[in-house]
Amino acid sequence: MSVRLKIISAMQQVAREQQVTLPPLDDNLSLHETGFDSLGFAILVARLEDDLGIDPFTISEDAAFPLTVGDFIGAYENVPA
Amino acid sequence: MSPREIFTLRDYLGPELKGRTISDARQLVSLTDVLEQTCLVARRDALSGRSVLLAVSDQLTSALAMTEIDGVARRMLLCPPDFNADHAKTLIDDAEIDAIVTDEPARWSDAGVYLVVVARAPAHAAGKAKAERATEWLMLTSGTSGVPKIVGHTLGGLTGAIVADGPARGAPPVWATFYDIRRYGGLQIFLRAIIGGGSMVLSQPGEALSDHVARLNARGVTHISGTPSHWRKLLMSGSAAGFAPRYVRLSGEIADQAVLDGLRHAFPQASIGHAYASTEAGVGFAVNDGREGFPASIIGANRDGVEMKVVDGSLRIRSTRTAHAYVGRNAAALTDGDGFVDTGDMVELRGDRYHFVGRRGGIINIGGLKVHPEEIEAVINQHAEVRMSRARARRSPITGSIVVADVILADGCDASQADAIRARILADCRAKLAHHKVPAMIKFVTALDITAAGKLARSDA
Repeated sequence: MSVRLKIISAMQQVAREQQVTLPPLDDNLSLHETGFDSLGFAILVARLEDDLGIDPFTISEDAAFPLTVGDFIGAYENVPA
Repeated sequence: MSPREIFTLRDYLGPELKGRTISDARQLVSLTDVLEQTCLVARRDALSGRSVLLAVSDQLTSALAMTEIDGVARRMLLCPPDFNADHAKTLIDDAEIDAIVTDEPARWSDAGVYLVVVARAPAHAAGKAKAERATEWLMLTSGTSGVPKIVGHTLGGLTGAIVADGPARGAPPVWATFYDIRRYGGLQIFLRAIIGGGSMVLSQPGEALSDHVARLNARGVTHISGTPSHWRKLLMSGSAAGFAPRYVRLSGEIADQAVLDGLRHAFPQASIGHAYASTEAGVGFAVNDGREGFPASIIGANRDGVEMKVVDGSLRIRSTRTAHAYVGRNAAALTDGDGFVDTGDMVELRGDRYHFVGRRGGIINIGGLKVHPEEIEAVINQHAEVRMSRARARRSPITGSIVVADVILADGCDASQADAIRARILADCRAKLAHHKVPAMIKFVTALDITAAGKLARSDA
């Protein structure tokens, strides 16, 4: 499974647990519009760290937190494994 | 106070009660004729009026030395087995130690204390120790970091709850504890054995649990105490079968309903009680109705000389059983202006009962929302498939922390059902806990660390 598919699958899993109804996910959707609160994102980032072995938001001191779904996925895709 | 009003441990040891013993895995010593013996090799008199560090590696010799030193020394500081040598100098200075009783004299030769008395296996003594003074008993707190605090007690304070409870009914008890007797919880049990006219079976470091239980059975243990973590470990081990104590006691951590029910199931004939005590606050109370928490009615009232109140969510205790002071050059005040000890244990009133929710210092902060790990563990532990759990903080770049849980499954739980069990636990947590308290992840583990003091290790506490 690609990193992108893993992230989308994890988002759907967290959304089910958090009882959040996700809108259709595309790269331009703002993260705010996903319906996740900060706890939802915190859980997502921790799960992805276990799954992918990286947490791009802790590794990089100056990384701005992404604004869109595309930025979010890109943060993972652009980290050297 | 004139000498004849001083009471010492030796007042409870005499030739009248036959057959009393104290034992560990290696040896058994008669308590009936212990007054005729000494483990201090004719140097006991030299300890008169001294401030003694009791640093003996094994509990049995420590116990015998305590009975000899009490009433002789000015004060006696009990060194627990996990004593950190890096702190020795500070503690020796703070407690004004001028004598060391040890079985490892070489270890203390450069401690700067010139009187080092060697403790050995008991031998016949030329004379009996006399009660010269009320010795101050000093114990160390069991915090995980920094120099431990020195807590000062009197024998009268340490034994207040034991005297208030009165003698055990029936034959003299044979006490055991999973604790080390140089810690407050273990010392209470040693003192119960001595004062109650009974016998004592000590724990042995490194001994397999099944061997320990076999030894408890062989010595006819009737009364036994440990932390909830000790008890969960025993229940998990499968070694409890065939062991049938009359009294089972829990202290030192929150006794949740799951562990109380587990013990009730494992020991259907036993009285099961959970006690609240700490090194600083002494023994507060014991609860014997088999339910977690304690009746709200015991707050405010003065029962057996113990008064309790709840301020800002934490339990405060004033009694003759609390320690009288922290000892040392820069020691903080142990009580507030009214004589209450702030235990730092947070409680919550639900109906007519208070429930312990955790330690003040152990709170996990999730983006500004707070949770005690113990609240989450209490929910998880209610599941029949769970034997033990630990909730803990995990760092998060988004909320600072999130809470995750490590869970040990009960015996016979099929690992292939892990996903289904995880889903059930999470569904239950969602039903019973606020949104932010639900663990973000549950990991199944085969073991959780227990500290030397018998408590679940919490790196974030």
